[in-house]
Amino acid sequence: MADVGSAPIEDIRSHRTLALAGRTVLILMVAFLVVWVLFIAHGTTFGSAVQDPTDFLITLLNGITAAALYFVVASGFTLIFGLMRTVNMAHGAFFLFGGYIALKLQRSMVGGGGALGLASSQVSLVQWVLPVLVGAAAVAVIGLVMQQVFLRWNQGQDLRQALITIAISIILADQMLAHFGGIAEDISWPGALDKFVNLHVAHIQYSLTRLVILGIGLAVGALLWLWLHRTRMGMIIRAGVDDRAMVSALGVNIQLVFAVAFVIGSFLAGMGGAIGGSFASLAPGVDANWLLNSLVVVIIGGMGSLGGAAIGALLLGLVTNFSAAYLPAADTYYSIIFTFILLAVVLSVRPLGLFGRPA
Amino acid sequence: MKSRPRGWLGVEPAVAVILVVFAFLAPAILNAYWISTLLTQMLIFGLCAASLIFLSAYGGMVSLGQLAIWGIAGFALGNFTTNGNTKGLNLGWAIGPGIVVAIAIAVLFAVIFGVLANRSYGIYFLMITLVFSVIANLVFGQVTSISGFGGISGIRAPGWINAQAHPSRMYLVTLVIALALLVLLRYVARTPFGLALQGIRDDPVRMRSLGYSVALHRTVAFSLAGFVAAVSGILFVWWNGQISPSAIGLPSTINILVIAVIGGLYRIEAAWLGALVFVVLNNYADNIGFIGARFNTWIGIVFLVIVVVSPNGLIGLWEQGLHRWGRGPRAQAEEGGAGEQLPQAEPSGS
Repeated sequence: MADVGSAPIEDIRSHRTLALAGRTVLILMVAFLVVWVLFIAHGTTFGSAVQDPTDFLITLLNGITAAALYFVVASGFTLIFGLMRTVNMAHGAFFLFGGYIALKLQRSMVGGGGALGLASSQVSLVQWVLPVLVGAAAVAVIGLVMQQVFLRWNQGQDLRQALITIAISIILADQMLAHFGGIAEDISWPGALDKFVNLHVAHIQYSLTRLVILGIGLAVGALLWLWLHRTRMGMIIRAGVDDRAMVSALGVNIQLVFAVAFVIGSFLAGMGGAIGGSFASLAPGVDANWLLNSLVVVIIGGMGSLGGAAIGALLLGLVTNFSAAYLPAADTYYSIIFTFILLAVVLSVRPLGLFGRPA
Repeated sequence: MKSRPRGWLGVEPAVAVILVVFAFLAPAILNAYWISTLLTQMLIFGLCAASLIFLSAYGGMVSLGQLAIWGIAGFALGNFTTNGNTKGLNLGWAIGPGIVVAIAIAVLFAVIFGVLANRSYGIYFLMITLVFSVIANLVFGQVTSISGFGGISGIRAPGWINAQAHPSRMYLVTLVIALALLVLLRYVARTPFGLALQGIRDDPVRMRSLGYSVALHRTVAFSLAGFVAAVSGILFVWWNGQISPSAIGLPSTINILVIAVIGGLYRIEAAWLGALVFVVLNNYADNIGFIGARFNTWIGIVFLVIVVVSPNGLIGLWEQGLHRWGRGPRAQAEEGGAGEQLPQAEPSGS
C-alpha cells in the first residue's frame, strides 16, 4: 500500500530539455492570459481590467467566494482520503443529499412556498442556519453508516472501496431522483443576508451571501487547521496519514479515528450541499458536477493535503470565473475547457498535485 | 493472475466455442427484438467495457475515460457524416473518411489523456480519467457548434447494415468486429509489449530499472484501448442513430465500469458477460416488483453485492466453480479463502 501514486524514477536526461521547454511554454501562456485580462480583452463583456476595474474586482471576488465553497466540499473529501486512502466517490451524492434535506426542512419550517420556491423575505436566519446544520448532520450519519457497514472491513483495498462508494452513489442518486424529483429547486437565503453591501472600494456593491460563503469557508479552514494541529485527535490523524499501522500499534484506537474523520468529512459534504443549494440550485446531475469539483481541487492541490485543497480550490474558482468573464462574449461556452487546461498543466508539472507527496 | 483449473482445462474452450456458435446462430433462434436491441447493445457496451478490462487486467490501470473516447469517436462521426437537419458541423463526408478521421481523432485524445495520466497509478489514475470524462461530457454539452445539449441525430449507418431493413446484419457485423478486437487484445497481451505491460502492472520501479519506458508503455496501452473504445463508439452511433452528451455523462461512464466489474475486471471476455446482465436488467427492471422501475437502484444493488461478495465478478464465480468441480474437496480446503481480491491496481513495491 505504501507507495500508491508514487511514480517510478524518471529518466533524467531526456526529461530535462522537455521540462525546460514545457516550463517556458507554461510561463508564456500564463503571461499571455494575465496580459489579456489586464490590458486587451477584446470583445469580452467587460473589457480589460484597466478599462473596467470594477468588474475585474467583482470577478476576482466571485472567484474567491466560489473557491470558498469548493474548499468546504473538497476539504471533506481530502480529509477522508488523506487518513484512510478511501476515495469517497459518493461525495457528490452526499453533497446533493445534504442540500435536499436542508431544502425540505426549510420548506416545512417556513411553510408554503409556491412553484418558484420561497422568497428570502419569508425566511429568518434560524430558518436557514438550522436546515443547513441538520442537512449536514444527516449526511454525517449516512457517511458513518456507510463507513461502518461497507468500508471498515476492507480497509486498504482502495479500488474495492472506491467501487463500493460508487455503488452507493448510484443507489443514492437514483433514490433522490425518485423522492425529490428532477426539477431544479433552491434553498432560500434568509432575508437578513440576501442583499448587497457597499464595499467602499471602486463603488462595488457586492452580494452579502457570497461574503457569508467566504466567511464560512475561512471558518471551516481555520477550524480544521486548529483541529488537526492543536488537538490530540488531530495529532493522531496527522500521524495516521503518515503511518497508520504504527499509530494503531501504539495503542490508539484507529477505528474510532477513522469513524470520526468520516463523520467530519461527510458533514462537510452535506454542509457544502446545503450552502451550494442556496448559492445555486439542486437538481439531478449537480452531484456529478460537485464530484468533479472536489476531484479537480484535490488532484490539483495534492490528495490529503488541507493546504493543497485551499490552493486547489482557489485556482479552480479563479479559473472558472475568469474564463467565463474574460472569454470573448461569443465564445464563453468554451470556459469549461480551461478547467481541463488547468488540470493538464498541473499534472504535467506535478503528477501528484501541487502539495502532493508519495504516501 | 489466478491459477487456472487443471483437470478441466477442456471445459473453457468448449464453452467458448458453443457460445460463439450460438452467437452466430442467434438471429435464426431469437426474435428480432432480442437481436437488434438487446444483443447488439450488449456487444457494443461489452466492447467498450473490454477496453477498460484490458487496461485493468494487463496494465493495472482502471480507467473511467473509456466512454469519453467512445463518445468523442461517436460525436466526431456524427459531425462528419451528417448533412443538415441536426446540430453540429454537418460536414456531409462519405462514410469511409468519416470513420477513419473520427477514430483518428478519438485515438489522438486517448494519446493526450494517456500522456497526462501516465505517471499516475491506482486510484489516482481512476480519478484523473474520471475527470477527463466529466469534462468531455461538459464540453459536448456546452459547445453548441459541435453538439450542444440535445446532441447529434440522424447519423446513418451504411445502407447494407441499416437496422430497419436488415436487423440482424448490424448484429452480425458488430459480433465479428467485437470478436476480432477481442482476439487482437488477447494477442497484444502475449506480445513482448504485452508482457512488458504486465511487468509494469506488477512492479513499475523494477521495469524502469530494467530499461523499459514505463510511461511510454502505459500510454501506448491506453491508446490501443482508446482505439477499441472508439470503434465501439462508431458502432454505437450507427446502431442508435444519434448521440447526446448525456450518453457520456457521469452515470453512463460509471455504467461501463459497472459492466466491467459485474463481469470481472481481470478477463477481457467477462466484459460481454457483464454487459449481458446489465442490458437484460435494464430492459426488464420495470417488471421487478417492490422497488419499482428504478433501474439504477437495481444496478447499484447488483453492483454493490458483486463488489462485496465476489470482487472478481461473475467470471470469478465461474472460475471458482470450475476449480471446485475440477479439483475435488481436498483442494478446496487447502485454498481456504485466498484469492478473493481485486486485481492489483497499484504498484506493490513495498
